[in-house]
Amino acid sequence: MGLLLCLPWWAGGVYYINLASQILIAALFAMSLNLLVGYAGLTSLGHAGYLGLSAYVSGWVMVHLGWGHPAAAATALAATTAMAALFGLIALRATGISFLMITLALGQILWGLAYRWTAVTGGDNGISGITRPSPFGLDLGNASYFYFFALLVFALVWALIAVWVRSPFGASVRGTRDQPRRMSTLGYNVWLIRWITFILSGFFGAVAGLMYVYYHQFISPHSLSLANSAEMLLMVIAGGAGTLSGPVVGAALVVILKNVASGYIDRWVMLLGFVFIFIVMFVPGGIVAGASRIAKRWAPQHPPSGIQRPAPAPEIAVENPATGTTP
Amino acid sequence: MNPVLEVSGLCKSFGGLHVTRSVSLSVAPGERHLLIGPNGAGKTTLFNLIAGDIAPSSGSITLKGQEVTLSATAVRAQLGLARTFQIVTLFGRDSLLHNVKLALLGKSALRWRSWGAFDKESVLSQRAMKALDAVGLAGKAGLPLEQTSYGEKRRLEIAMALAQNPCVLLLDEPLAGLSSEERATITNLLGKIDRSITIVMIEHDMEIALAFADRITLLHNGEVITTGTRQEVVADPRTREIYLGL
Repeated sequence: MGLLLCLPWWAGGVYYINLASQILIAALFAMSLNLLVGYAGLTSLGHAGYLGLSAYVSGWVMVHLGWGHPAAAATALAATTAMAALFGLIALRATGISFLMITLALGQILWGLAYRWTAVTGGDNGISGITRPSPFGLDLGNASYFYFFALLVFALVWALIAVWVRSPFGASVRGTRDQPRRMSTLGYNVWLIRWITFILSGFFGAVAGLMYVYYHQFISPHSLSLANSAEMLLMVIAGGAGTLSGPVVGAALVVILKNVASGYIDRWVMLLGFVFIFIVMFVPGGIVAGASRIAKRWAPQHPPSGIQRPAPAPEIAVENPATGTTP
Repeated sequence: MNPVLEVSGLCKSFGGLHVTRSVSLSVAPGERHLLIGPNGAGKTTLFNLIAGDIAPSSGSITLKGQEVTLSATAVRAQLGLARTFQIVTLFGRDSLLHNVKLALLGKSALRWRSWGAFDKESVLSQRAMKALDAVGLAGKAGLPLEQTSYGEKRRLEIAMALAQNPCVLLLDEPLAGLSSEERATITNLLGKIDRSITIVMIEHDMEIALAFADRITLLHNGEVITTGTRQEVVADPRTREIYLGL
């Protein structure tokens, strides 16, 4: 955390500070999607739709209606959350692969709207000329200040999700993921639990969408594409669905690969694909789960302090007389 | 006395397959009711209909005088219906204590609360420990489910159902697949359940089940063949023919 706080001083340039901001924003998306994928067990392929809706709404009211930042942000969050509530009503008629297909279709509808409803969205040109907010008079046009702003939002969302996951409601959500039938037998309204989680996921997706549009100051249909939704899902699964830090690790991996590897090879998407296949095949459960498994395997052999392993000492004492060697 | 659970004219068909044909059943408060019948008689389907997992084609189900024919499973659970499954259905990633706490949480208003750590809910934990103690699993409360035996999982299912303080308990083959020692443990456990809880049980171990039951219903091909007191049903020649195969 300390390292993150003083990143602008050690990162070595605006490029790297911006890269860190991008990772934080991607992590916000992955964390919001993880509520659905990791904790509720509902794999969605339409999450980029929330990014787009939130970004378009805030961009449109600012550019075309001249609204201020607070009003635009509130409208974007409210509109996107309401859309998530509506999409939830439609998508939660199914689970599993059918749920995935419905979310994909809903995401594509939003993408199609952004692309074709030229009068409002500007079509392929998107909406440009969006400014960054300046809370407390701080100019977020400055890369470091924007990074701190993103870090603050990230920390806030992280804390909220961490509390939610550990709460009784969080336990109920995980229960509906593992044994939906048993949960309804125990008196839980499984559908309602899923719907609330769906809406929460949409809300945090909207927060991420706002950060996205602040960062790029531009929004186009490309950001709502299926490829973008798939990339978010990849971050969650590669990092570790159903863990707090997994989506963050996954987001860092994807953003770094995208920015670093694309400088050396044209087909960096293919590299991303290979990395993904490697993780699914050899590190099931994602990087975070894999790392903790490795940590557990190594822990007994390399204890942090000598107190934990008193056993070997008498062994040596017994062995020495038997072999006849003098200590 | 008014029946606590009443099923009348219940039918269920999957396409042309009639798995439940006009089943009527009346269970009095505190009664121990045994459902018997050969495989495929529709016993578990009847449980699924009563619990609300599937909707009947026609007929009605009344729980504590309230019509619940089309109510959701969760609504019936809130009314006081609890069940165990033929195939163990538990939360495999969690500890025994967590499993029982989820059962308690299901009936608590706390379940919508999005703050405060669930693991530190001390009131729920204490009640869960009591429920585990009642089935002799208090010593294993912290163990993950995967480190427990099949018999212990069966006991855990019963502990979860009883923790909910139900008025009607549906037990689907609670003794299936258990060793004779474990059977004795569970039989003993079932015998100790308070008479304020009505029990409907499906069980194939006749020796134990007959000793347990007040009344018996014999199902065959989705139909009620005979229903009555233990003596009546056992003496009925059709029971011998269809089920006992004598």
